[in-house]
Amino acid sequence: MRADYLARRFAVFVLIVWLAATLNFFLPRLSGQDPVRATLLQQAQLGGYVQSGLEAMVKEYEHRFGLDKPLWVQYVTYLGDVSRFNFNYSISNYPRTVNEIIAEAIPWTVGLLGTTTLLSFAIGTLLGALLAWPGAPRWMRLLMPPLWALHAIPFFLLGLILMYVFAFRVQLLPMFGGYSAGAFPALTLAFAGDVLAHAILPALSIVLVATGGWALGMRGMMVTTMGEDYVTFAEAKGLMRLTIFLRYCVRNAILPQTTALALALGNILSGAVLVEVIFGFPGVGTILFHAIRENDHFLIQGIVFTVIVALGVATLILDVLYPLLDPRISYRGA
Amino acid sequence: MLSVRDLVVHYDTPLGRVKAADRISFSLRAGERLGFAGESGSGKSTMALAILRMIKPPGRIEAGEVRLDGQNLMTLNDEDMRRVRLAGIALIPQGSMNALNPVMRVKEQIIDALRDHGVRLSGRERDVRVRELLQSVGLRADVADMFPHELSGGMKQRACIAIGISLRPRVIIADEPTSALDVVVQKQVMETLARVQENLGASVILVGHDMGLMAQFVDRLGIMYAGKLIEVSPVREIFTRPLHPYTRMLIASLPSLEEKGTFRGIPGLLPLLRDLPPGCAFHPRCPHTVDRCRTEVPTLREVRPDGSAACHLV
Amino acid sequence: MRYLRRNPSLVVGIVLLSALALFVIVGHFTVDTSKSRPLSAPAVRAPSAEHPFGTDRQGRDLFATMVAGTPLTLRIGFIAGFLGVGIGAILGFVSAYYRGTVDAIIRGIVDIGLTVPGLLVLIIIAVSLRRGLTVDQMAIIVASLAWLNPARTIRAQVLSLRERGYVEVARLSGMSGPEIIFKELMPNVLPYLAATLVNSVSSAILASVGLEVLGLGPIDSPTLGMTLYWVNFNAALINGWWWWWAAPIVIILVVFLGLFFLTVGLDEIANPRLRRAI
Repeated sequence: MRADYLARRFAVFVLIVWLAATLNFFLPRLSGQDPVRATLLQQAQLGGYVQSGLEAMVKEYEHRFGLDKPLWVQYVTYLGDVSRFNFNYSISNYPRTVNEIIAEAIPWTVGLLGTTTLLSFAIGTLLGALLAWPGAPRWMRLLMPPLWALHAIPFFLLGLILMYVFAFRVQLLPMFGGYSAGAFPALTLAFAGDVLAHAILPALSIVLVATGGWALGMRGMMVTTMGEDYVTFAEAKGLMRLTIFLRYCVRNAILPQTTALALALGNILSGAVLVEVIFGFPGVGTILFHAIRENDHFLIQGIVFTVIVALGVATLILDVLYPLLDPRISYRGA
Repeated sequence: MLSVRDLVVHYDTPLGRVKAADRISFSLRAGERLGFAGESGSGKSTMALAILRMIKPPGRIEAGEVRLDGQNLMTLNDEDMRRVRLAGIALIPQGSMNALNPVMRVKEQIIDALRDHGVRLSGRERDVRVRELLQSVGLRADVADMFPHELSGGMKQRACIAIGISLRPRVIIADEPTSALDVVVQKQVMETLARVQENLGASVILVGHDMGLMAQFVDRLGIMYAGKLIEVSPVREIFTRPLHPYTRMLIASLPSLEEKGTFRGIPGLLPLLRDLPPGCAFHPRCPHTVDRCRTEVPTLREVRPDGSAACHLV
Repeated sequence: MRYLRRNPSLVVGIVLLSALALFVIVGHFTVDTSKSRPLSAPAVRAPSAEHPFGTDRQGRDLFATMVAGTPLTLRIGFIAGFLGVGIGAILGFVSAYYRGTVDAIIRGIVDIGLTVPGLLVLIIIAVSLRRGLTVDQMAIIVASLAWLNPARTIRAQVLSLRERGYVEVARLSGMSGPEIIFKELMPNVLPYLAATLVNSVSSAILASVGLEVLGLGPIDSPTLGMTLYWVNFNAALINGWWWWWAAPIVIILVVFLGLFFLTVGLDEIANPRLRRAI
């Protein structure tokens, strides 16, 4: 039974990856634009090249990039490339490859996104559970309205506000980038501190907003769970309040909460991308932004594909872990 | 052993105050089986929860006392009351569809009750105890490691009984323990209940609406209507010489195996608990109403040896 | 009226959104919206009597920009939101009612679609269609993904309703599929549908603003997101031109908070268990 569930989840993962690759391939070609030609023309115009030599150059590039072959051949080559994570060169940052650029940016994004998501999920879930529990301290109720209001706004909006207050007005924290200009990345404490200082505002914009959402969600799940028969029976058994809270309520409410996490990953990522752009944080978001500006199709495609795959992997991991939480799942077919 | 005096439970709803239980009084003797029967919404489950002090807002226990061996449970602090639950008075829930925690194994749900009540056992002793309990309700030892969704309805109910008796309570309250089960399983469950009760020497309060079940299981039977206890008598007498008009009509409406006839119901509808008629709550549907019934609420009083009714006409 | 007291969220939401509507309507009468085009006013002026919200680097009167841009942003949200819920509702109903392969296919597409981060797909689409996006084209682009979430939620809702007795009764009494959907299921899903709609509009606005901030929006329109793009482009934050970014941020805040409170309020109507649960 277990193997069946796993196999299906993995199949879905492969499907997602394939879909992402295909979309990536066909959508840009929908508009009939040829990415290479368009970019070259653009660059040429900027540089003031003469038109006649341009055509020859474009033809040569098209041949190099395989764009003069029939569509289905291109598609197959593309799929082959993609499965080997060969995304070609970056048009705007030639001669660097797309892989290089993405590889540099990923640690930053994973670091920021990973920590903030885990933090906000943990704090939010705990807070939400306590908020629903009648025995929790009264002052916690006061946390509700601000968290509530905050979670309705997009990450990057809070980012802008925080940036203004703390980086501009009060000058407490740096405004831009991942580390100070001129600092060399090294494994020193000083550099780590620098990175941390730069990461605080982006991280805060995500955590302050996301926590509220998780708290609200968990509170809702808890309210539903607390109304269940087994909680009533637990109380009739004369169990201690802590036992009922943790092992009967939280333990059950956390199941839909985890499902919500798996579903929300996409949205959190989208929000984080915008936060990175605002703060110039050197993660995937910022390089995507620059790629869009420069019309660097290969880079854009590479980033989007990598992100979708990464997200697919994360979702797959969560899906695989879920039966460990809920014993009912591994036995059900659907 | 258990004495309940003038228990009153109110629910404050947006539409008004609902008197879910109105001055319920009865005594439960040692080793006795007392049944409470009534239609849905007559206050049976409310009473069961109230005895355990488990009424939650917007409900509230307004008044009354519940004495277990002389100790008034209403005056206990929360922690002491917690200890009384399961160890003194055990609840066996209805619709055991969902009374067991879906993410915990059966043995864990037996053990956590023992642990939270201060029973200290080594790992091995725990397993022995669990096995014994399961055997006493007719379940195999390997049920201990199962999750609730792997059990059938009857098995789940018996697991709940096992939990209910794990601390050897003096009173067992069984709230519609067989409502979701088929007749064969019903019989098994009731036999199990009878057996464990005898072993423990406990008293049982059986709450339900299945008159046939009551006839077979209980010694005395109380009839509830609109939140009030309107008759309490030995079960034989309820069926042969019912005192209250409602009881009489109830018995008359039961289909019999011997005779054939048309179905006889009780005309009219249950009153809304937040909008009870003045005087006797049953008077709009009662064929014997007199003026006094419309104004004065009848109290439960002993009319013959061991038979009480709340009616002006007996 | 008494209900409103019990449901403060709904009130707050309606108040906020009404205030916004008032702002736009009054604004339209007080200012000339053509001033929202570049070079209509002296550049980079702080708020004054003549330009209550100041001006930006390209010479736009920001008050006019906000008055003209807010309805545009809202329009994208509404079109995409309604389209999304419309398509999503139909698919959700069909999927939940007919079950079987139809359900499996739709559910598969929805599940996969929701795993993929929407913004990224929208980026790919928008980048591919670079040539001069209009506001309505933006709406269609956003709508292309907006139907996924409503489809899922409505399907879940209908599934739970479907098991209720009255559907079985309706079927036995000879009602046809679509009849049952419209006459029996729809009315019960309606309050839920309203909450889903507001949610969808909110997400659509978020998606469109996100795209615009990245520079992928209708570049000539004074929508809120585009204004923020220019703010970023011109480093208005560092240059201290606070009025430029304060206005769109405040308005976006009001929009999102208003829609959020409205959703909560509608949720409470749809799901009585949540009423004053604290």
